[in-house]
Amino acid sequence: MKKLILGALLALEPLCADTIVIQNATVMTEGPKGIFKGSVVVRDGKIVDLGEKVMVPAGATVIEAGGQYLIPGIIDCHSHIAGSGSINEGSVSVSSMVNIRDIINPDDIAIYRALAGGVTTANILHGSANSIGGQTLPLKMRWGKSAQELIFAGATPGIKFALGENPKRAGNPQGGGRGAAGAIQVGRYPATRMGVEDVIREAFNDAKAYKVEWDAYDAQVAKGEHPIPPRTDLKLQALKEVLENKRYVHVHCYRADEILMMIRAADDNGFKVRTFQHVLEGYKVAKEIAEHGAGASTFSDWWAYKIEAIDAIPFNAALMTKKGVLVSLNSDDAELMRHLNTEAGKAMKYGGMNETEALAMVTINPAKQLGIDKTVGSIEVGKDADLVLYDGFPMSDFAKVQKVWIDGAQYFDRDKEVAAQAAKDAEKQQLLDKEKAAHGQQSTRRPNQ
Amino acid sequence: MKLLGLLMVSAMAAFAAGEVVLIQNADIYPMNGAPLKGGSLLIQDGKIVDIGAKLTAPKGATVLEGKGLRVYPGWIDSGTELGLEEIGSIRETNDTGEIGDFMPQLKALSAVNPDSEHFGVVRVNGITTAIALPGGGGRGGGGGIIVGQAALLHTDGWTWEEMEINRSAAMVLNFPSAAGRGGRGGMPDFPDMVPNASGADARRAVLDQIAKLNAFFDDARKYKTAKAANLLDFHKDLKFEAMLPVIDGKMPLAVNASRAAAIHDAIAWSEKQNVKIVFLQPREVAKAGPELKAKNIPVILGRVLTLPENEDAEYDEGYTQPFEAYKAGVKFALGTFTNEFVRDLPYQAATAVAYGLPHDEAMKALTINPAQIWGAGDLIGSLEKGKLADLMIVDGDPMDVRTQIRHLFIKGKEITLSNKQIRLYERYMSRQ
Repeated sequence: MKKLILGALLALEPLCADTIVIQNATVMTEGPKGIFKGSVVVRDGKIVDLGEKVMVPAGATVIEAGGQYLIPGIIDCHSHIAGSGSINEGSVSVSSMVNIRDIINPDDIAIYRALAGGVTTANILHGSANSIGGQTLPLKMRWGKSAQELIFAGATPGIKFALGENPKRAGNPQGGGRGAAGAIQVGRYPATRMGVEDVIREAFNDAKAYKVEWDAYDAQVAKGEHPIPPRTDLKLQALKEVLENKRYVHVHCYRADEILMMIRAADDNGFKVRTFQHVLEGYKVAKEIAEHGAGASTFSDWWAYKIEAIDAIPFNAALMTKKGVLVSLNSDDAELMRHLNTEAGKAMKYGGMNETEALAMVTINPAKQLGIDKTVGSIEVGKDADLVLYDGFPMSDFAKVQKVWIDGAQYFDRDKEVAAQAAKDAEKQQLLDKEKAAHGQQSTRRPNQ
Repeated sequence: MKLLGLLMVSAMAAFAAGEVVLIQNADIYPMNGAPLKGGSLLIQDGKIVDIGAKLTAPKGATVLEGKGLRVYPGWIDSGTELGLEEIGSIRETNDTGEIGDFMPQLKALSAVNPDSEHFGVVRVNGITTAIALPGGGGRGGGGGIIVGQAALLHTDGWTWEEMEINRSAAMVLNFPSAAGRGGRGGMPDFPDMVPNASGADARRAVLDQIAKLNAFFDDARKYKTAKAANLLDFHKDLKFEAMLPVIDGKMPLAVNASRAAAIHDAIAWSEKQNVKIVFLQPREVAKAGPELKAKNIPVILGRVLTLPENEDAEYDEGYTQPFEAYKAGVKFALGTFTNEFVRDLPYQAATAVAYGLPHDEAMKALTINPAQIWGAGDLIGSLEKGKLADLMIVDGDPMDVRTQIRHLFIKGKEITLSNKQIRLYERYMSRQ
């Protein structure tokens, strides 16, 4: 029902009826057309044509992009922006009942900043305080739209799991786990990696029993019987969806041992890990990750900020790729999110990925990992017109984002941004002056001051 | 200066029988003038002994063919915790922030761990020199007013003594300001318009801190007088001893101040105290620019890749900071101020170029500018006869992420381009 209403709302909102032709750009498609110099034609929010020579439809808006580079919109497989307040329901070891969808804040300025960094889609994850965290979903960075309209329609939802230091911190008296008011939280299980494994296995033990109950009920209903339904358990419901392959598991992890543990726990319980997140030691168990069929979404070169990041290497992305793992590079950070293009560039430096392989790590690969590659992640006919135009080679720090489109609608324009700066500064000064004046009046009214 | 002289002697001694290397047919970018295409550079006894169109290799010299390659001076990161912090979240591995408000006697250098894995990691990206800051970031505690002496060091050496360029490159001061020490936090837009008690208290606290700071300087001067008078009951005081080069104007104060108001206050204060200053991580550079330029005060800009401080600021506020400093005519260098970002220093600079800074100015901000700002302009920062041979041979623009470093020299010694991370990579690539 909810889905129907949402569909209706989206239908009422006209996307972009305009036809746009972006011409003479170096187009890095990440699709079958590879890299070419030419044009991309966009109509009604979709890519309708591309090539060295295209027919320019009558009335189309033509954007001259000579010397510039056009790439698919960047996809961040791990972000925590656009949430209202905390995204970490860490009070319990299993918080699979909570959902990021319920706290989307479309006014978070981080959305606009991400957009200005070429990001058009981001997977918004729950925090990593517990072994099994909350439900997650990808958003499009449609700045200015409502929370509902940010949601990536049709995407398979996810759930966040977390291994290692973060989930065990709350249980460890030396772990520095502190509540908001600085009070030390004691005793929330687990306190070790052993306990993290147990929490996950116990949860799936329960979820499988829950699924058996519901499967039996569904079978009876299918036969036309009228049995009493089992009690709905919102916590187990999300895990049942994992077992039914209707919800992707994104696992925050660092060390090779815990990655392997997670693979075996998933194997034993009959589900797949969709992506390992951070996965800084993924290179040590790349073979096992590839065999399991999981993707890996990592940082390019972050390390040493905590002990489980001590063996991180900037070659992680390249090595895992060479060993057959589907790899993306993510941000987990509102600042890093703004230059994932150059994070991809580091895969060229560290481990010798070519430009297509490197760019794939922030476009088509995360799209595949999130199961949205049928609509986004590359420049191909029929896909959403999520596009980014750079003024230079897009994986070099010398390049900057010029224009960003989502569904064919332009959401960022550097020239307009720069042109508007003076007016915005003036408006701010006006408001400040008004505030100052009001404050001055207020002071004079106080008899004792 | 005497110290530097001594150091050079010791450096020469260490390389008396050292390597002789001739780099030939390379494009040499000296930073103090136009590039020399297809030129040669001769390294001997740890120093650059000659640069020319076509030099002949002395007997026994190693010849490096540089055709198609470029030679640049090594990068200098002007704000790090290298050697002082290993793992961010582990207190036991942090030696950056000591307890105490006035601690000028503390020296970062002698707490530097030469075997820190960070040195190997940053070296292979061309960082040959760094400022190691005491109290930077306060992750090991910290929060004092004068927090100790920053060291200028090489990123290679068996001991911290061998790594030293200058153990007393600057005295680090967190200048008290209304927005908190170092000018972070607070109410940036309305510092004087918060009509509540805590605002007034905060201002009182700032004035109190400045009074303490002035009193400390007064005491240091009295100490100097007493020492000169050589009185019978004179006792050596390590804190005040450490302050002597500062009050004599020989050692600059590296001042943490972020906002224009704090920068202005700190400049006025430094003039009253007659001390040399350089600013660390100023944020409101455009606003403070004219005054910085007029007073000829250099600044160390923080990370270019940083979020705007306020929600309503331009999205590219951090990216355009170096360009703002350049437009204002302020002399500046760059620092990353967090160990894990040190190796990204050239890429941070490249972002500044994308947002307006001329390419040459970005290069200077990582080489000759910091060398001069930190008082080592005669030793490092450019490729010149007589300078230390801190240089890299690369296959492209050194600020472009695609460029690879082929050879790296620190004090004339070729550095093996390996580290723990590269070894792990090779080891796990070989796993079947």
